[in-house]
Amino acid sequence: MSPTPGTPRLDLRGLCKSFPGVLVNDRVDLSVMPGECHALLGENGAGKSTLMKIVNGVLSADAGEMWWEGQPVRVQTPSDARRLGIGMVYQHFALFESLTVAENVALGLDGAPGMEALSERIRAVSDGYGLAVSPTRHVHELSVGERQRVEIVRCLLGDPRLIILDEPTSVLTPREALALFEVLRRLQAEGRSILYISHKLDEIRALCDRASVLRGGRMIATVDPRAETARSLARMMIGAELPDLSERRTTTSEDHAPLLAVNALDMDRDDPHGTDLRDISLAVRPGEILGIAGVAGNGQNALMRALSGERLVARPEAILINGTPAGHLGPRARRDLGLAVVPEERLGQGAVPDLSLADNALLSAYRHGSLVRRGLVRRRHTHGFASRVIHAFNVIARGSESEARSLSGGNLQKFIIGREILQAPKVLVAAHPTWGVDAGSAAAIHQALVDLRDRGAAILVISQDLDELYTLSDRIAVIAAGRLSDSQPIHAVTAEDIGLLMGGLFTDHGPTGPTNDDTTMKGPGHVA
Amino acid sequence: MDGLDAIAALLVATIRAATPLALAAIGELVTEKSGVLNLGVEGMMLVGAVAAFATAVATGNLPLAILAAMVASMLVAFLFGVMTLSLMSNQVATGLALTIFGIGLSAFVGKDFIGIPITSLKPLDIPGLSDLPLIGPVLFGQDPLVYASVALTVAVGWFLHRTRAGLVIRAVGENHTAAHAIGYPVIAIRYLCVLFGGAMSGLAGAYLSLAYTPMWVENMTAGRGWIALALVVFATWKPGRALLGAYLFGGVTIVQLHAQGLGVEISSHILSMLPYLATILVLVLISRDETKIRLNAPACLGKIFRPDF
Repeated sequence: MSPTPGTPRLDLRGLCKSFPGVLVNDRVDLSVMPGECHALLGENGAGKSTLMKIVNGVLSADAGEMWWEGQPVRVQTPSDARRLGIGMVYQHFALFESLTVAENVALGLDGAPGMEALSERIRAVSDGYGLAVSPTRHVHELSVGERQRVEIVRCLLGDPRLIILDEPTSVLTPREALALFEVLRRLQAEGRSILYISHKLDEIRALCDRASVLRGGRMIATVDPRAETARSLARMMIGAELPDLSERRTTTSEDHAPLLAVNALDMDRDDPHGTDLRDISLAVRPGEILGIAGVAGNGQNALMRALSGERLVARPEAILINGTPAGHLGPRARRDLGLAVVPEERLGQGAVPDLSLADNALLSAYRHGSLVRRGLVRRRHTHGFASRVIHAFNVIARGSESEARSLSGGNLQKFIIGREILQAPKVLVAAHPTWGVDAGSAAAIHQALVDLRDRGAAILVISQDLDELYTLSDRIAVIAAGRLSDSQPIHAVTAEDIGLLMGGLFTDHGPTGPTNDDTTMKGPGHVA
Repeated sequence: MDGLDAIAALLVATIRAATPLALAAIGELVTEKSGVLNLGVEGMMLVGAVAAFATAVATGNLPLAILAAMVASMLVAFLFGVMTLSLMSNQVATGLALTIFGIGLSAFVGKDFIGIPITSLKPLDIPGLSDLPLIGPVLFGQDPLVYASVALTVAVGWFLHRTRAGLVIRAVGENHTAAHAIGYPVIAIRYLCVLFGGAMSGLAGAYLSLAYTPMWVENMTAGRGWIALALVVFATWKPGRALLGAYLFGGVTIVQLHAQGLGVEISSHILSMLPYLATILVLVLISRDETKIRLNAPACLGKIFRPDF
């Protein structure tokens, strides 16, 4: 049964899926040709993940048909999907931390070769595609990029003809992303189809042959992404014009004293996988955004924890908030000095998943305004504050009673940032503010940060996303191996400079990084 | 030869005291490895004990009595499974309720059996071997359930770490969302593990009422189910360590009983605490590596799994 040429490998016809009260997929049609790289675009909550879970057999559709190489099929379990030749690389990896790489791979295969034979096959595939993974290591020891390689290797061992990747670059550094693209191009050249879910428009334009845009559960259009601009794709995705960031002010504020200053901060790691911070110095002045670039795991976490007060610093003057030595102060005392923090993890650090938005607002804003009086929570004020955040930042939620976990990533992030901004902080420290957030929400978050800066706050943004740092920052510094480069005005540095610094090649002080490394990087794209 | 005999008697008593703990702990270990926390071990053991005793009185057939204990405890475990896995009730609360239910049910069923004698489970008697000094009674003079407890410990350790089914159980306990996404039937696997835990609690109960103290007394488990639960945690979910912990607990229990019998000048209340203290101390010491605990502990333990629909 060889399908005639021109037959799509995967053909979805009129798929519908609803959860109680929500129609998530509304008569969705989608076809993917053999050897095609097909992008599925859409904002968070547009129904992409649900659609892919249906294709992969994790969910079943309410109505509609799925055709595979010219035959109607019913996929009821992920095993069914694997038998057809559908492989999936999950966004939040479906890996088991306490198990080894080989065990993780074995769990994703239906036939069960012995562990030795399997390790051999893993080595063969990982060598063949340049996906370095060691079968005997435990997953909890691996970096995010390595974990993704494990997922891809597991997927490839099933010899799939269609590979679905759910936002694969959202956790990768620029260089890891480039390496991934190489692998994807090879897989495509072997005749495998790729369904690539993303909202990074530049990537899609670089990689994909066709792009289908999903909005509010409906298939809006299928287009050639190379014939579109990032801007026109974004318009299809969000159904409206993407707002421009307001004009960057060119006036610097050298004459003002910094609102946040770190002076020669040293901090030893407190867990074996952490990074020692060495001689970190920085200053953020009022009306300024300082961006800190760097590959994940180079001390960003440690720096965040030192700044937020989660870990105290023995020397008070190592950290100055609004001129006050604060190294020895806990998070609450630092908040009193005007510091606000948007941590990296939305669920768990930024918000308590099971609490309502109102209660989550209370957690950081309890001293703000009138939320608490004589130790008692004033429900009406709390809900009022949460509702103000929801309205001001256009958070899509049922209301201030919604559980934090029920919000999509982008909406929750808007809520967390809004909660901090409405408390009018003097200093805002944000880690990866738009990680995994769709283009519309990311633009709104960026605008909110810029507005806050224009009102005279000092903002520190730690991010892996160079595009984001170029969009936001007035000055930029790079963190590598626990050391921070000197900061420079954003227009004075190129992406290549930053790439060199990310490798640890500081010119002034700090370590000499790997010298044989290929540190050339693609320049940042120009997302509107 | 008197000294040797005394030591042999002490060792035999230790092993007998440890066996019900080991049986129940191994069962609970498998249940917990799949991510389910069943605090109803004590209740399941009691139901098993009374079922075994009643069957033994009615039929005189001890293998049948053991089977009855396993089936009865599995039924109770199944009830737990329906509550926590299908109806998604809280595992801690349901487990506590199960223990209370088991105490009541076993007392109700057992009230007609109090004071009735039965023929107890007989130790092996291998001519020649069983008569050897020291190792004869210790190694070759035990009853079948003692051997079963050791064999099952080894088998469970091998099963969990060397077979694909064991790998799947560990995966389900580690990350049920991922296991579901890859296509494993999380709920069904957990049901099987809960039933296995029930069967092992039944064996432990049967050992108490058929071999250890061959009679029926209300609440005769006397907290052994809770000890078994604690052993699983302190053993960092490793079968071999759970067995070791059980033997340690049994050993100190027997030694302190002898000490009380000899009239040692220490309050008997303090002596009675010793087994608990010693077991906790030793198991804490051998498992003080925090990362290892994190790795062995099933990350989804006690969490309710709700699949998408």
